[in-house]
Amino acid sequence: MTRQRLMDNVYLTCIPSEKFKTGFFSAQMVAPLERETAGRSALLVNTLSRGTVRCPDLTAISRELDMLYGARLEPTVRKRGENQLFGFVASGVEDRFLPGNAKLLEKLVDLLGEFYCDPVTRGGRLLEEYVESERKNLVDMIRSDINDKRGYASRRLLEEMCAGERYGIRRMGSAGDMEKNSLQRINRYYRDVLPRGRLELFYCGSAPEKRVAGAFTRAFAALPRQGNLEPVAAVRKPAREPVRVVVEEMDVAQGKLCIGYRTDSRDVAATMLMNVMFGGATTSKLFCNVREKLSLCYYADSAFHRLKGIITVSSGIECADYDRAVEEIARQLEALQRGEWESWELDGARQSIISSLRAIDDSPGAMEDFLMGQAVSGLDETVPGFISAIRDVTPERIRETARAVKPDTIYFLKGKEERP
Amino acid sequence: MKAIEYPRAGETVYRRKLANGLEVVTVSKPYHAKSYAFFAVRYGGMDIRFRQDGQWRDTPAGIAHYLEHKMFEMEEGNVMVDFARNGASDNAFTSNAMTAYYFTSTDHFYENLRTLLRFVSTPYFTEESVAKERGIIAQEIQETEDDPNWRVYANLAACLYRENPARLPVVGSLESIREITPRTLYDCHKSFYTPSNMILVCVGNMDPEQVAAEAEAILPREGGPAIERDYGREESSEPCRREAEQTMEVSMPMFLAGYKCPPPRGGEDELRQSIIGDLACDVLFGDSSPLYTRLYEEGAINASLGGNFDMLPGASYVYVGGDVADPRRIFDEVTRQARRLGEEGIGEDFYRQVRRAAYGGMIRSLNSFENIAISMAEGYFRGFDYYRFPEVFDAVTKADVEAFLRENITPERAALSVVWPRES
Repeated sequence: MTRQRLMDNVYLTCIPSEKFKTGFFSAQMVAPLERETAGRSALLVNTLSRGTVRCPDLTAISRELDMLYGARLEPTVRKRGENQLFGFVASGVEDRFLPGNAKLLEKLVDLLGEFYCDPVTRGGRLLEEYVESERKNLVDMIRSDINDKRGYASRRLLEEMCAGERYGIRRMGSAGDMEKNSLQRINRYYRDVLPRGRLELFYCGSAPEKRVAGAFTRAFAALPRQGNLEPVAAVRKPAREPVRVVVEEMDVAQGKLCIGYRTDSRDVAATMLMNVMFGGATTSKLFCNVREKLSLCYYADSAFHRLKGIITVSSGIECADYDRAVEEIARQLEALQRGEWESWELDGARQSIISSLRAIDDSPGAMEDFLMGQAVSGLDETVPGFISAIRDVTPERIRETARAVKPDTIYFLKGKEERP
Repeated sequence: MKAIEYPRAGETVYRRKLANGLEVVTVSKPYHAKSYAFFAVRYGGMDIRFRQDGQWRDTPAGIAHYLEHKMFEMEEGNVMVDFARNGASDNAFTSNAMTAYYFTSTDHFYENLRTLLRFVSTPYFTEESVAKERGIIAQEIQETEDDPNWRVYANLAACLYRENPARLPVVGSLESIREITPRTLYDCHKSFYTPSNMILVCVGNMDPEQVAAEAEAILPREGGPAIERDYGREESSEPCRREAEQTMEVSMPMFLAGYKCPPPRGGEDELRQSIIGDLACDVLFGDSSPLYTRLYEEGAINASLGGNFDMLPGASYVYVGGDVADPRRIFDEVTRQARRLGEEGIGEDFYRQVRRAAYGGMIRSLNSFENIAISMAEGYFRGFDYYRFPEVFDAVTKADVEAFLRENITPERAALSVVWPRES
């Protein structure tokens, strides 16, 4: 792997690999997550993906991508810690699997550069019709998050638990904030963020680094660079006392119970392991006891938000079982705090994390995501570094990190008393 | 075992049928850290009526899925623990025509493979554990009841088919799963989980000879008789019902339209049909189609619009759907556009463009070990070698795609399913 500075606040990471059928490209702007701009970034990248000077509409862009043997170029918006990453990822079949002497790389990188630097404009502004239609689509998309009740409940938990913190802002902001984004605001944001934002470029594939760096340098030559907008480190907060309970009703058959915890432990490796033992795998306490033994939940799992120091539990239950489920989930955490586990629980969790870390190398998207997360958080630990840190965690450190976990907020989405 | 090279797909495959009838396939990926094993039974949600010991048997809807859930439990405990101890992540799924068990691991591949072979071939059910599973599956069914994507699909399937079991949800219903007992589970395991009705596909860096040897050592010596299945009488080309509607907690209307296509004929023709059907979908409503771009630019659809051509035992259909403000209008637009394309033909340049993209997409899908394994297993059960897709693809013509649209995407063959938002 190599990482180099291509321009002021523009970095290129290259991973040489012959394992994949496709080459993978990414160009991501990084900025601190803000309530007003979260939705604006999403709207900006979606608008930019509607047309460039050379390919001014969807028909022209689709034709270009189709003729590159079904290359893909998609806008992406992610939340990593308390930063937002927004931009495009692209991929295209490697030249060696294509008939004749097709050379995709330069053409795809050119298009990626055009998306950023050469959008179709009228009177120096992005096209109003593109902004309007993408805004409408994004509003619909944000609203449609109630369709997936499991994800909806998890997002609502974070919103309630981290109200007032950057972490409580959704990846693309709220539907209400999205609606306020006028053409003028988007144009101003484009002119403001483009020169200042950190740009992280990424490539994984079989082409030599020199060719890739050359292609990116040429494609992004017109990118304005002025002033630096630096990513921020996530702020940790102590857990609320007493625990806050938020209950919402909806017309659902199955209740969704989510619990958010905070930790002040800086022992990331031990907390990762503890979380997997708690609810991060099929050998976990939540899975084996709450789901399998007691049949109390259809699903029950936990996630560690390592950049922020939060653990969240997500479960699906019969609405009437709320008290028992809350109690049982608490009991599983207490068991970890007391050091009560069989050796296979720890071994299984350790193996499971190591396997998933090793498998990152098998997916360009996973490599990109891991490296972007590290880069924006100012962390430089590598995958092998993580693996050896996980190997070194002792049972005592797991107990300690479990004791550092304190409940903060409970969110319960329950069915209406009488379903219509 | 001899290596079979597929230079256009860039793949190397080892293949052998064991004496007991099990097909063993190893796809070599020497540079990946992970290894993948996929053990599949030709037995899915649709296989509810079959002949056993000379007698036709009717089994409850949802039984294949129930059986899948129960297989993980062995006399000595849940097998997930064994996988987890060896760092493997395991899972299973039941589709209309297949039940599959699989794991991914980066270490201890052969130990995990032995666990996989052992638990899938060892039935162990007790009254108590079968009763307990009912609660978990009932929750799963309830969750699907709350899922509009699932509902819109299930309602469409019930519209399209009168007799073919494709009309029933793979998970069954709260009523049907009540009839499932340890006895029915043992019977179905005995009938379907026989080596000659199964395939083992491994993808990764492993020794094909050892994979075959492990399977030979653990699985039964006898393959089991061929299983006769009943998917109902051949259906007319018209759907059973034209429309289904439901109201749910969704933010905007969600629709799925289906067009009933002729039953698949088996063999390499099925691979050819599936390529033609997929191309027809790309031409008709794919992201670069004139219809899609026009409706998108108009604001009548968003990126959720999509669909595909699906082939099942005794049934095949094209579906298209998404979240849109006016489902009936989009349904109508698709049907009319198909007629136009069928009558006037597809533009040469556009066809060349779509073809190129589709070929790239098939190569791209080989990045996924899971896609590889599912395609190989489906191909085997249906009688073709999936990796021959470049050659089969070359032989498909524009006229084939036009004929497909003309014959299949018609108002007579169509049904529409809509989930409407609850009025606030």
